[in-house]
Amino acid sequence: MTTPGTPLLAGSGLHKSFGPTRALDGAALSVSAGEVLAIMGSSGSGKSTLLHCLAGIVRPDSGTITYRGADLVGMDDKGRSALRRTEFGFVFQFGQLVPELSCLENVALPLRLTGSKRKQAEAKATEWLARLEVDGLAKRRPGDVSGGQAQRVAVARALVTGPKVVFADEPTGALDSLNGEKVMQMLTEAARETHAAVVLVTHEPRVAAYSDREIVVRDGQTVDRELVA
Amino acid sequence: MSVSHTLLALLEPGPRHGYDLKRAYDEQFGQDRPLAYGQVYSTLSRLLRNGMVEVAGIESGEGPERKRYTITDAGVTDVETWLRTPENPQPYLQNTLYTKVVLALLSGRSASEVLDVQRGEHLKVMRSLTKRKNGGELADQLICDHALFHLEADLRWLELTAARLGELEKAVR
Repeated sequence: MTTPGTPLLAGSGLHKSFGPTRALDGAALSVSAGEVLAIMGSSGSGKSTLLHCLAGIVRPDSGTITYRGADLVGMDDKGRSALRRTEFGFVFQFGQLVPELSCLENVALPLRLTGSKRKQAEAKATEWLARLEVDGLAKRRPGDVSGGQAQRVAVARALVTGPKVVFADEPTGALDSLNGEKVMQMLTEAARETHAAVVLVTHEPRVAAYSDREIVVRDGQTVDRELVA
Repeated sequence: MSVSHTLLALLEPGPRHGYDLKRAYDEQFGQDRPLAYGQVYSTLSRLLRNGMVEVAGIESGEGPERKRYTITDAGVTDVETWLRTPENPQPYLQNTLYTKVVLALLSGRSASEVLDVQRGEHLKVMRSLTKRKNGGELADQLICDHALFHLEADLRWLELTAARLGELEKAVR
């Protein structure tokens, strides 16, 4: 269980190399329930690798990651993938929707994967599409909607399971300013309402301004201004 | 911003009292910095002297006399010229942040700390503008966006400089 003040998700001393390339070199961060944390940094700084490690997608070479007190690094693949399905939500820059499924089926998919019946899953998906103001697109396929609309569908899909942590990697990277801002506004509002934490990777300061706190990754290391000051 | 041109342009739709003019200005442009009455009346006297406005009438009621001002043809031409003249893009070549970074490097202090602390301050202001924008009407949104884009430009510069501190250190020493 997580009590107030205890980080929901925390990583420390994280190292990860891909061949000769050192992506993470002692990175550390923590995020609390309901907090929107921005991970900033230039391209190649290691910020996406850090997100992938925290989300249990990539296993770090060394270091610790705890989620609600459980050790994520030592957890087997099955455990990690169950966690990703039930506790985490994901929004990426683009391409995460299944092109063969309608927007409604896309949003219902995570619920179907965790055993929900079609009717229930689609009812909940409809609710989330409405919340993101894209309920009119339920029957359309991702290829038939605009980039901004597709990203709202993706946010609905990330939040439909009631995740405790939403990982968003450059969620507005493929959108124009206006659509990007709308997506950020909706993502952070929905996360705050459901008390989910958001780990947001971005190199755009205006997107990071939707966060409560930021850390910067530089050469695989994290700079936390609160620790600097 | 040219207050006199703004007041003049606000007079174009029709005559107004100084007080109405101040209210119109504050509503549209003065959320953060309302105009002082003194400035409204001193600006109007100057516009009057220069033939850009004239007094359309004087009302005397219980309080002091209230003059209604109207824009002249010369005033309309002046507004037109002003609107068509581009503002000077600010090149910001005298940069305190750059100076601080160089001085930190020259004195052996941590320049990246200077940049990190500044980033934090910039983001703090950006967060508050973002909140104001999201709760505000279109006018507020556009005003906040203008400020946000400028702050973002500073932040991009901070990142770029952070990535080139090693090079800069060699260049300035």
